[in-house]
Amino acid sequence: MEAGALEEGRPSGPRGLALRGSALSGLPDRALRLGLLALAALVLALLVFFFIELANQSSLAFSRFGVFGFTFTNNWDVSRNIYGALPLVVGTLITAGVGVLIGVPIAVASALFATELCPRRLKTLLTLLIDLLAAVPSVVYGLWGIFVLIPFLKPVQQSLADTFSFLPFVGGHVAGPSYFVAGLILAIMILPVVAAISREVITTVPAEHKEAALALGATRWEMIRMAILPYSRAGISGAAMLGLGRAIGETIAVTLVVGNAPQLGKQIFDQGYSLAAVVANEFGEAASVPIHRSALIAAGLVLFVLTLIVNAGARLYVRSGAPEGVRR
Amino acid sequence: MSALSAVSPRRRRTDQAARAALGAGAAIALVPLVLVIFYLMKKGLPAWSWHFFTSDPTGSFLGDAGGIRSAIVGTLVLVAVAAAMSIPAGVGVALYLVEYGKAKRFAGLIRYLVDVMTGVPSIVFGLFVYTVLVITSIGGGFAAWKGSLALALLMLPVVTRSAEVVLNLVPDSLREAALALGAPRWRVIFRVVLPSALPGLVTGSLLAVARAAGETAPLLFTAFAVFGLSVDPSQEINSLPVQIFNDARQPRDVIVTRAWGAALTLVLLILITTVVARLATRRSRIA
Repeated sequence: MEAGALEEGRPSGPRGLALRGSALSGLPDRALRLGLLALAALVLALLVFFFIELANQSSLAFSRFGVFGFTFTNNWDVSRNIYGALPLVVGTLITAGVGVLIGVPIAVASALFATELCPRRLKTLLTLLIDLLAAVPSVVYGLWGIFVLIPFLKPVQQSLADTFSFLPFVGGHVAGPSYFVAGLILAIMILPVVAAISREVITTVPAEHKEAALALGATRWEMIRMAILPYSRAGISGAAMLGLGRAIGETIAVTLVVGNAPQLGKQIFDQGYSLAAVVANEFGEAASVPIHRSALIAAGLVLFVLTLIVNAGARLYVRSGAPEGVRR
Repeated sequence: MSALSAVSPRRRRTDQAARAALGAGAAIALVPLVLVIFYLMKKGLPAWSWHFFTSDPTGSFLGDAGGIRSAIVGTLVLVAVAAAMSIPAGVGVALYLVEYGKAKRFAGLIRYLVDVMTGVPSIVFGLFVYTVLVITSIGGGFAAWKGSLALALLMLPVVTRSAEVVLNLVPDSLREAALALGAPRWRVIFRVVLPSALPGLVTGSLLAVARAAGETAPLLFTAFAVFGLSVDPSQEINSLPVQIFNDARQPRDVIVTRAWGAALTLVLLILITTVVARLATRRSRIA
């Protein structure tokens, strides 16, 4: 509305001119405006440069093995300088998938509990505590994972593997570090993000919808199922996808607990590797071998593209927001 | 009449079961927090001593393993330099978006790219800085300021997004009043908009700092790690996360204990920063 006048950055008309005095006084204004514009343009330039530079540095690996050959060949053999990243791509997807499967339901449950079921004072405390989970750095989760979670979970994993061995991808010998442990750590790490966005989305459900459901005689759960979930479905899906994006890019915690074996695990209790972990781990030795270094940068690029796709999807969901969730 | 009749037993049972399940979900969410804090205290506190905070890691396989002084100092240097780079830039971009961009298409594009940057994995930022600055050995190989730059890239979207929210909360009436008094645009920004948004800007920036302080991955191949004490941004530098990462994979118990002690220190530093960040906005009227 009044933005038009504000946009110009100076009062218009002859009076404004008279008040400004000398023509020079407009200079700092223009300088600031251009400076800030340049800063914003820098973000654009940076990301473009970013992409070009990574593509450039990884071209050696991509030209030797081909883009598809690199991404989808199951053979990561450093000693023979053969780089097929399939075990890493699959490891990344499995660990992130396990993380989302475990983390998202718990996060959404805690968000629903905090916003709809618990007393207000408890809500503040619960929110604060769950937010605290986000303050713990990745490397600390990794440390905790190695020395607490893995020893504790080893017998649990083995008994799970034995009991459910009739399921696909379950069974066999359990090593300790595994896709499953990495997924569990990722679940903990994405929990605060997914819970926070879900809470935000749930609080935007209009009170009228909830009251209408309750007035028709719905129980609390029926109100949640019929009024809240349909309205916030798009937002919660977006939150889950953002969580997936986080899980895919998470490096250090996964490196410490996934086992770092460049193989395609046959079951979820097997040791594996992930794109991010391989970069963090092999960098020291790779610095002097151009093809190895290029392969690692290529792994980083694949990771980057993967997170871009997932995040773009998430934005679409979050932006499209409530009305679409209702329409369906 | 039927609407007023009691809820059928089946529906009541479903309701109670669902509520219990949601409550259980909330309780399960807290379990890892309790466990992580418990083990940090249990294994980290015994590592703490005067010697622990006043000596550098020795790197020798036998004998005294040393403490974490250089790691603490290194983390402070890395984060301070990163903050000096990312906070002015981040606030500047937010100022452009709020004060000049508003609904322009270019501003929309920048907003989208900032969103994209939020989702870029930290290790990819590290790789980027590595390819641009370390391989080309601009200013030597590994250096603290390159690590800081990687952290700054990570912080930039966080700072920008929080600053944009806060700047948007500054009432337009304030801007209009200042403009009506004949103040030029830049004075309105520096004398009216920024001061009224300051507490919120401080909060957003400190939260970004807290996030960067715990990052390991981008530092591995930019700032690298040395054992000795260094405050020189042009040299390799130690840091708490990298120290923990390396110590956690050592076979010696003393060194693993040092990792726990360092982890407790790091979490405390981050928590203090977070609390200070929250306190900054407590007394402000906006945000």
